[in-house]
This record gives sequence, structure tokens and C-alpha cells, in this order.
Amino acid sequence: MLKPSSSFHRHPDRPLLWTLRLLSAVAALIVALILLFVLREAWPALHQLGPLRFLHDPGWHPAAGGADAQYGLLPMLAGTLLSSGGAVLLAAPLGLGSALFATSYGPPRLGGLHRQLLQVLGGIPSVVVGFWGLVVLTPLIRQWHPPGQSLLAGILCLTVMILPTTALLSEQAVREVPAESLQAAAALGLSRRATLEGVVLPVARGGLLSAVILASGRALGETMAVLMVAGNVIQVPAAVFDPVRTLTANIALELGYALDLHRAVLFVGGLVLMGVVAVVMALAASLQRSPGHG
Amino acid sequence: MALHPKPVPAHGARRRRRSVIPWTVAGLAVMSALGGCGRTSDLKLSLSGSSTVAPLAAEIAKRYEASHPGTRVDVQTGGSSRGIADARTGTAQIGLVSRALKPEEANLQATTIAIDGIALIVNAANPVRSLSDGQIRSIYTGSLTNWRQVGGADAAITVVTKAEGRSTLELFLEHFRLDNRRIRASVVIGDNQQGILTVAADPHALGYVSIGTASQEADAGTAIRLLPLAGIAPSLENVRSGRYPLSRPLNLVIQPPAAAGVPPFLAYASSSEVNDLVEAQFFVPPAP
Repeated sequence: MLKPSSSFHRHPDRPLLWTLRLLSAVAALIVALILLFVLREAWPALHQLGPLRFLHDPGWHPAAGGADAQYGLLPMLAGTLLSSGGAVLLAAPLGLGSALFATSYGPPRLGGLHRQLLQVLGGIPSVVVGFWGLVVLTPLIRQWHPPGQSLLAGILCLTVMILPTTALLSEQAVREVPAESLQAAAALGLSRRATLEGVVLPVARGGLLSAVILASGRALGETMAVLMVAGNVIQVPAAVFDPVRTLTANIALELGYALDLHRAVLFVGGLVLMGVVAVVMALAASLQRSPGHG
Repeated sequence: MALHPKPVPAHGARRRRRSVIPWTVAGLAVMSALGGCGRTSDLKLSLSGSSTVAPLAAEIAKRYEASHPGTRVDVQTGGSSRGIADARTGTAQIGLVSRALKPEEANLQATTIAIDGIALIVNAANPVRSLSDGQIRSIYTGSLTNWRQVGGADAAITVVTKAEGRSTLELFLEHFRLDNRRIRASVVIGDNQQGILTVAADPHALGYVSIGTASQEADAGTAIRLLPLAGIAPSLENVRSGRYPLSRPLNLVIQPPAAAGVPPFLAYASSSEVNDLVEAQFFVPPAP
């Protein structure tokens, strides 16, 4: 804080400062508590089975009991990574395209309407997207290649859900490019395309990356829509038409019914998911810090 | 340089949160204090378990509360195995279990409040009118994969099965003497409702759900059809007479000795006073 010139300024600030400190401590504490809770619930499985079982077991039959039980989490990790990765691959270019259109090419009034439509899309509850996927999307995919409930359906539903995030945040990032840079580009006589490629995109890089990261965070954690359209069969898919089960869907399907070790293994799945999200965030942070642009 | 997208509403939201939190905390404190006062005078029964039994249990509970002022009945779902576990640990006084007790559960006491069957369902547009037990077994183990092989259209069968831990799955596997590891499914579902949605949306799907839920949905016009099993139609009459082969008792399970207030509720739930509720859910009241 700046050293204030008089106590008059300092006093009104102090309660606010402490309130903000308290609130941010609460937010940080919640994350720590959740992590501790998940760890505690997962501990019996980690302790009794050892982490390698989750990688090496060929199948997932946690309720079989005794020596028959198998706890392979890899197919579900693959399901999570493939569905989220596919959705990000589709939503990132779509979002960037829509942002560039809304800021640089489209007429301003259309840009505003476009943004409002995206905001509406972002507000649609995931169970509604899932229902749409089940009733409209999967029959279409089935005509192409049965059974319809598939990795592809999951990717498309996730794309619909994260598109508003990528598009709106990308647009914001592009809008925050300083006007001086754009004026300088115009003064140099650069074409619109050259301005985009040489000025806007490099300057907005950090913001665009944040957009993709936030979107992938949402895709990784999404449960309901994927549960309804992806088929939930436990396997590493050989094609996009194969059904898959994600880690989140696995927890949602089985947690209410799971006891003892089975329940603990589901929490291991949750731990793995938190790990994946942490890795993505760390990757993003290191990419943003890397010099050379801006 | 780093251009972070600034989430504009964050500031406003934080300011709002600051004023909301104390009120929320105060509200919760007042509510819990009031709740605490109420609980001392009221009798509270807690039920938890099978998602098939829970809707019926909730209806019975509503009527019981109306005729027994001062009693509160709380119903939660989470599957039959949860019902057993909660009754054992005392988390709930009564467990809801949609199957007969197993030998290792003999120390528990079951009261049957209704009988339900499990029906194979197909889409209403499917021309296939019946499947033999052998055909069903072959379809679920992946050796029959096309409807043409069982007299239907030339289309791949979408095999719908239930996720691990469901008693519907256990009963289905037991009846057809199948091992869950040999099941080759195209879609794995959670509850009955998701199964019905999936089969109604897919003209080539085959699934199995509770007769109660399935009849209710079919009557309401959902595009599904219930298939006979071994030639016997999945009707309430056939479940009642015991002719329908794939049926199960819906039980209220307690760990003896029964807690105060529990025996009257068990007696009420298995009495003929609630037969209309049982039938409204397309279950069969137990023989008196």
C-alpha cells in the first residue's frame, strides 16, 4: 500500500483491506479443504491397492469384490482427455474466428447481437445441452455410424458448452489491444489482415491463451451433458464413434451406489481429475510467462 | 506483456458477496437453532437407499406424516447397497432395498412393501415382438449384434445396460446367468429414467428397466415397448401371480432392535392402507 498522507485516508481503508484479506483466505482455504477431503476419502484405496493398480488393471469392476475386483482408471482418463481435447480443438478456432469477426470485420451492431447470443448460449444449463444431444445429436450420428452415443457426441456437446467461453474471452482479449498499436499499424499502411497477424494476435496472445485454458477447465469438469450422450462404456475408444466414459461421468454414475473400497477408488478418480486440471493450469501459466511476444 | 481478460463482474460480485455472507451465516444459524428446537419434540424417521423404492417410500411417508402429526419422514436415494450399509451403520433407521436379502445379510430384518418386475424394453418403432432368453443372453454378450438375426430390421443393436452397483443390474445378471465382465454394451446408463430416454430416442436400442417406471412412461406416450419374457407379458397381473420370471421384492430393511417409532411405520407401509399408492407407481402390493 501507498503510504497515505493522512490518517483520514488510512482508516476507511483498513476494514476493507481486512475484509478482502479474510475473503481471499476463505477462498484459498476452500480449495485446500476440498483437496484434503478428497485425499482423505481416497486414502483407503491408495493405501490398500497402491497407485499402480489404477494404471495396470485391465478393466473396471470395482463392485466384483475380493480378488475379482479391477480398478483400471486409464480408459476413463483417456475418455476425459479425448473428449475435452477434441472440444477445445473445435472451440478454440471457432471462438477466435468469432472474436475477430465481431471486433474487426462485422458491423458493430451485428457484433453486439452476436455477443448477446453467445451469452445466452453460455447460460444454457448442461442438462439441457445433454438432453438436446441425446434427442437431436445422437440420432444424427447414429444414422452415420451406430450407436450414436459416442466420443463424437460428447465432443460436440462440450464444444457447444465451451464455445461461449472461448469466443467471449477471445473477443475481450482482442478488444484490449491498445488503440495506439492499431493506430500505428494504420499509419504504416498495413492491411487489415497484416494488422491482425502482426499486431492484434501477438499482443492478445496471453488473453487468447487464458480463454482456451478456462474453456478446457470447464470441459474437463463437465459431467451431466457428457453422461447423457457419450455412452459411458468403459474402453479406450478406437474411433470417434465409440462410446466412452469420462472420469466425471464415472463418479456421477457410481458414487451414490458405491461402498467402501469402490467409493474410495471413485475419489481417486476425482484426485486424478484435479491433477489433470492442475497440470493444464500450470502449463498455461508457463506459456503465458514465456517471453518473446507482446 | 500479458493481457488477461478481465472478468468484469468480479468486482461487483465480490462487493455483493461481502454483504451477503453475514446474512447467510446469520440465516443459517437461526435456521439450525430453530431446527434444533423442533427436533426435540418431533419424531424423525430417516430412510435411504434404492432409487426404485424411494419414490414409493416418499409417497407413503407423505401420507404417514399427514395421519401422524409430529412425525417427520426423510427419504434419500442412493441404491440398494447404500440402503443396506446405512441401515447397518445407523446412518438411516430404515434402508430401502429393491431385492431380497442375501444370506450374509440375514442379521437384518426386511419388510416387503411391494413387488416389482424388470422388463426388457425396445423402441416403439421396433418390429421385434419378443426375444428368447437365449437371444437376450447372446445379444448382451455380443454374439448377436444385428436386429436382422432376431427377425428385425437390418440395423446394429444398441445394447443398453446399467452401471455397476445397481440392483436391477444384479438381478438381470443373475436371471440370465451372465457375468458383468462378459457384457458387451453400447451404452451404460444410470437410473431408469435415463434408460427410458435412451431407448425412446434410439429405434435400435434394447434395454432393461423397472416395470413400474416403464409402464408409467409407456402409458404416458413415451416411444418404448415392453417385451414379454419367456412368453409372459410384463404386466402387473403376471407379477402379482408370480408367473413373471424376473421380479423382486421392494423391502424396508432395519437392523434390529428397531428404534422407537420404526415398527408402526413398517406396519403402516406394508398394510393395505397404502395399496393405492403402490399401484399408482405400477408396483404390486404384497400378498397380505
